[in-house]
Amino acid sequence: MKKLSARRRHPLAALVVLLFALAATGGLYAAFAPAENAQADSSAQSLAIDEGKRLFAVGCSSCHGLNGEGSSTGPSLVGVGSAAVDFQVGTGRMPAQQPGAQIPKKKNIYSQSDIDAMAAFVASLGPGPVTPTKDQYTSTETDAISKGGELFRTNCSQCHNFAGAGGALTQGKFAPSLENVDPKHIYEAMQTGPQNMPSFPDTTMPEKQKQEIVAFVRYQANEAPNPGGLSLGSLGPVTEGLFGWIFGLGALIAIAIWVAAHTTKAKKS
Amino acid sequence: MSDDKLPVAHDAAEGHGEAAVAENPFADPGLPPHEPRRTDIDERAAKRAERQVSLLFLVSMLATVGFIASYVSIDSDKIVYIFPLGHISALNFALGMTLGVALFCIGAGAVHWARTLMSDVELPAERHAIEADDETRADVIQQFKTGAAESGFGRRKMIRNTMIGSMALVPLSGVMLLRDLGPLPEKKLDRTDWNEATSDAPIRLVNMNTNEPMKPEDIVVGSLTFAKPGPSASRPAGLQESDEDFQEAIAKDALMLIRIQPNDIKDADSRDLGFEGVLAYSKICTHVGCPISLYEQQTHHALCPCHQSTFDLSDGARVIFGPAGHPLPQLKITTDASGYLVATGGFKHPVGPSFWERSE
Repeated sequence: MKKLSARRRHPLAALVVLLFALAATGGLYAAFAPAENAQADSSAQSLAIDEGKRLFAVGCSSCHGLNGEGSSTGPSLVGVGSAAVDFQVGTGRMPAQQPGAQIPKKKNIYSQSDIDAMAAFVASLGPGPVTPTKDQYTSTETDAISKGGELFRTNCSQCHNFAGAGGALTQGKFAPSLENVDPKHIYEAMQTGPQNMPSFPDTTMPEKQKQEIVAFVRYQANEAPNPGGLSLGSLGPVTEGLFGWIFGLGALIAIAIWVAAHTTKAKKS
Repeated sequence: MSDDKLPVAHDAAEGHGEAAVAENPFADPGLPPHEPRRTDIDERAAKRAERQVSLLFLVSMLATVGFIASYVSIDSDKIVYIFPLGHISALNFALGMTLGVALFCIGAGAVHWARTLMSDVELPAERHAIEADDETRADVIQQFKTGAAESGFGRRKMIRNTMIGSMALVPLSGVMLLRDLGPLPEKKLDRTDWNEATSDAPIRLVNMNTNEPMKPEDIVVGSLTFAKPGPSASRPAGLQESDEDFQEAIAKDALMLIRIQPNDIKDADSRDLGFEGVLAYSKICTHVGCPISLYEQQTHHALCPCHQSTFDLSDGARVIFGPAGHPLPQLKITTDASGYLVATGGFKHPVGPSFWERSE
């Protein structure tokens, strides 16, 4: 102790005291401060983001970058929201098989929980359209189909055809057929505008109108009768003309040949 | 081919082929001997064929009656289920089936009649030159000259000239009938409802889906929105579908609104006409006036489904492919005091296809 007090006037004594004080403060804080913040976030949302990040690193990062920032081969995913992930992965469009004018629909290789995890990770990158719930894309109105038909003809029919049978666009791109498309995916496509489809956000097409369009598309694909019998793909005069030329004229030619080839001579009958 | 089908062998078999072969190795074999049909030799078979033909014609009659009956009796809304076809219109099915049966039975009856009962004796018809012989031609020319001389056509020049005049004028009646295609459009195609807008009395852009005016922040990048004119002096309620001239008006007024990042807009004039990247283009193709809105949000190309005219909306709607002759007209838009998108004037260029009186 004597040794210590003998040096109390040393020029570095103040520094030593300061170090002791700092150590004591830090130690007391570590002992008494609330401990929750230091623990790992183990909520379900956080776990999903964590799981999604791992799936993303394996399946998506080669094009979209490790943190979804985009690269020369894939766009940035900041702000696309979970609805875009649910649509693109849920319909099998992502991961893309190969680059091209348009990424086609194919078999989905992920489970819905994997998709939800990836969607949670992408949604955490920036705010965007959220995956809709069932009551968001199911209309309960009785006149939804007729209203949806009006909206479909104004907004969708130019590319997807009046019956939703799809159509061609420029340079190899096309608007796919809407038959057998999950109502959720139709709704998400309108929200997010996948690939070259323009988006129809709630500000210009409210949720209720999207429900009506979904109702019309479902009716058109499942219940709408064909007044003429054969729909021939609902593609209009092209398929009808082809059918007439090949099958109609073909049948007439076949009958004409049959009539001319069969003689009524008594010798052969 | 077996030898017995060749003319040489055939003729040799009959015993007098040697000379014919030397003269003409491909001699005309002539017609085969006529073979009677069963109906030619058996009267009962002929009667049966007659009854068959009559039955076909009778079925055709019944089908026609059925056609008329189904047209009158079946409700056009009625949908029925028919096995391989699915849910189809009962009226369409009945009309198609009865008319088809009626026509088919007439055809089948006629063919059956011709094949079993009408004469089937082969008749050779010699070919002749189409041209008449010299004697006939000389005779006709002589008759023509005599007729001309007797009518005095060459001598009485007044009659000749007035006749030629009257015949030359007759086609003008046909030309006059073309007037019914008119009247000429005058300035109607140059003006749209947007022309009523001024900076003092701007016209709001109204969303076609919601019938509500829009703010620039409603239009997000990559979206597509269709708009029509809102309230103006001559249309206090804005353009409504209940308006008598709605179809005529919307065919010129229809807008498509898109938003592009201002830096991505290549054409500076086009950027100035828009508002913070929101661009309002006419929806009417400048080729033959189809409504176009096949908008690709990544390339900013708009395609016309009729003849594939493609416009680059990021470059002043320049035509990059197809038969269209002009870029799509763009409407100058801004916002009013309440923040809603408005137009303060009409299109600079006429919308829609080219026409004779088009100002440029």
